[in-house]
Amino acid sequence: MSHDDVLNPKSMPHDPEKATLEGKNKFLGFWFFLGGETVLFASLFGTYLALNGSTQGENTPENLFGLELVFIMTMLLLTSSLTSVYAMYHMKNNDFRKMQTWLGITVLLGVCFLGFEIYEFYHYIHEYGFTFRSSAFGSAFYTLVGFHGGHVLFGLSWIVALMIRNQKRGLNLYNAPKFYIASLYWHFIDVVWVFIFTVVYLMGKVG
Amino acid sequence: MSTAVAQKRGLGAAIWDYLTTVDHKKIAHLYLVSGGLFFLIGGLEAMIIRIQLMKPDNDFISAGLYNEMITMHGTTMIFLAAMPLIFALMNAVVPLQIGARDVAFPFLNSLGFWLFLFGGIMLNVSWFTGGAPDAGWTNYAPLSTTSPGHGVDYYVMGLQISGAGTLIGGINFLVTIVNMRAPGMTYMRMPLFTWSTFVTSTLILFAFPALTVGLFLMMFDRMFGSAFFDVALGGNVIIWEHLFWIFGHPEVYILILPLFGAFSDIFSNFSKKRLFGYSAMVFATVLIGFLGFMVWAHHMFTVGMGPIANSIFAVATMAIAVPTGIKIFNWLFTMWGGQIRMTAAMLWSIAFIPSFTIGGMTGVMLAAAAADFQYHDTYFVVGHFHYVIVGGVVFGLFAALHYWWPKMFGKVLNEKLGKWAFWPFFIGFHLTFFIQHFLGLMGMPRRYWVFLEGQGLETGNLISTIGAFFMAIGTVIFLINVVYTSVKGEKAAADPWGVGRTLEWAIPSPPPHYNFVQTPLVRGLDPLWVEKMDGKEGMTPAEPLGDIHMPNASILPFMMSLGLFIAGFGFIYQVDNSAWLIAVFVGMGITLGSMLTRSLKDDLGHHIHKEELEADIKKGVAK
Repeated sequence: MSHDDVLNPKSMPHDPEKATLEGKNKFLGFWFFLGGETVLFASLFGTYLALNGSTQGENTPENLFGLELVFIMTMLLLTSSLTSVYAMYHMKNNDFRKMQTWLGITVLLGVCFLGFEIYEFYHYIHEYGFTFRSSAFGSAFYTLVGFHGGHVLFGLSWIVALMIRNQKRGLNLYNAPKFYIASLYWHFIDVVWVFIFTVVYLMGKVG
Repeated sequence: MSTAVAQKRGLGAAIWDYLTTVDHKKIAHLYLVSGGLFFLIGGLEAMIIRIQLMKPDNDFISAGLYNEMITMHGTTMIFLAAMPLIFALMNAVVPLQIGARDVAFPFLNSLGFWLFLFGGIMLNVSWFTGGAPDAGWTNYAPLSTTSPGHGVDYYVMGLQISGAGTLIGGINFLVTIVNMRAPGMTYMRMPLFTWSTFVTSTLILFAFPALTVGLFLMMFDRMFGSAFFDVALGGNVIIWEHLFWIFGHPEVYILILPLFGAFSDIFSNFSKKRLFGYSAMVFATVLIGFLGFMVWAHHMFTVGMGPIANSIFAVATMAIAVPTGIKIFNWLFTMWGGQIRMTAAMLWSIAFIPSFTIGGMTGVMLAAAAADFQYHDTYFVVGHFHYVIVGGVVFGLFAALHYWWPKMFGKVLNEKLGKWAFWPFFIGFHLTFFIQHFLGLMGMPRRYWVFLEGQGLETGNLISTIGAFFMAIGTVIFLINVVYTSVKGEKAAADPWGVGRTLEWAIPSPPPHYNFVQTPLVRGLDPLWVEKMDGKEGMTPAEPLGDIHMPNASILPFMMSLGLFIAGFGFIYQVDNSAWLIAVFVGMGITLGSMLTRSLKDDLGHHIHKEELEADIKKGVAK
């Protein structure tokens, strides 16, 4: 396939992310990477579960967490996963404008989520004096949830960079795999949050 | 692009070529040279340890320096010598064995190498900045979290950076093997070295993130005041042990499995027979890989997990002896009735079988949890793991280097010097480590700076030290061989051993940078042998002669790794002075900026045109 066929394809196939060998490699390689990320988060969850009782005082999960805020955050992130599915749907139909729009909404929801998370951390630190250094539970909580937050930040920057870079030229066989794996990453972040919501917040409040 | 580099042959151009290369064969050279260098450094550290333990109450080095020496010896040998040397072989051989022109992610391949190298340099810089890490290669908390100075910080940052490189390498080989095989190269026709690379890469993918997390926790505790391992604030030091060994046990299979693959290829080649029990060998490799994840806690029998956990992990550990035994017997049966040629590669391989089997046997002894309380932290353990790592991995590396050297460098290593290197190393190895089992059973603990007079430990330790010198002599002879061969060695043919069975022997030594002019058609296991038996000269092409698409070189992997290297120092020293945070921001800026550049700038690769290929064929550098 010549370079021109990749950058200016005469027609887009239905699965543009897997139309080239490079695309296929990226697709598979990214799935493997997510396998590694799963072990990374599993290790962090294991550490959290081992240390969530080591609160050294009043700042226990029951006293700190408020499920209202976390529920809103969960809804924001779950919805953003859905909107990124819409974006990929439009990518497969070669409708670049609509894909960009839905990605824009995804980013907006992600930014709101991140804003709430920053507020949450700020709240714990200033209202409760609950920090990264105050107990082993504090260290484990901020590390697990913070790693997830860092992933959200990275994912947002990634999607925004792709949107701006390709704003003018639209979809082709070179950038379609890039959009696709960025959306895979976004789904993964969402799945991890579902576990954080359950293991950290629900079990912390109810368990 | 490629031709421009080929025309300028200045030193600067050659260095720039290696800094930016994405060619798997050149990356293999880089891994080999840097891994070899670290192997020599680690070997030197081993010699210093053995000199210190030559006689009772010795004061050759101080107690503190001794701790640094044992820590750096272990860390260097595992992470900076064995791993990159294995990656050198994988890079040099796997794409050729599956009939590919490059790996799936050439850019990431280069990034993986530079991350490993900068991590390794970082670790060794600690010698010059106030002391190397000194908490043992396992870096147990709280010994590590309370170790004064910055030594352990270097361990954390150095391994974090090089570990990221290894993970990237693992993903790269997985995708390469799944997606880039030539037509007809089904999974059950892949050579054993490719199979073991595949299984090893899976282990890397699922094992290294646990180390990543362990290192992050250690980093946060030491540099940012968190309390994961601080018992006063509710921390738990056993978490480190679990995370370390969830990584650490698969790691030992990551080290040995690729060499199992290499031995399989070597035995088959030099016995002029197809590998005995091919499918059983594949199955055993996969099974060892799977069981490798189930046994990490056998390193922790004395921690106090209780009899049930200990029993489960003991049984799982003993189970690994079964697939390993299958392999040993299949290698023996491969040689049985074959036309055996005792080349240097074959000598190392045959020596491996009894040596490794002894290590496996002591492994089963150690797996008996109740008995382990007696062996734990003694020289018995040191003897055991050196039997499997030296007798398995190092013998394997020497064998594989002899075997594939002509393919990597176009010259055959001198056979006579090869055998001269083998004998002192082989004898020295058994002298050094066999006696250590008995020293351990007599109660000599590992990691102690000195031993006392009159406890019956003198003779054993002296023998062990003498053996270490024999191993050093063997290594030096091997190095002489490398120099001698590169100056005077004969030019290697495409199939220098004459009985090549797999695809790498179908193309010139060294191959052109696009490997195969035309992708070969694979018609069975040992594809080249199949063609030879049909009376053909070489492989049947699977495609007409046409333009070849190749990736572009790039300096970005080097820059990304350099950025993390700078940031690493920032992280270590911001504890003393927050001005060092500037280094963190500059370093991370370089890395993230390079990543952004990579993401935004199109890199479509380039084409090698049919005319150039025809010219290469005429010159005889491609076929």
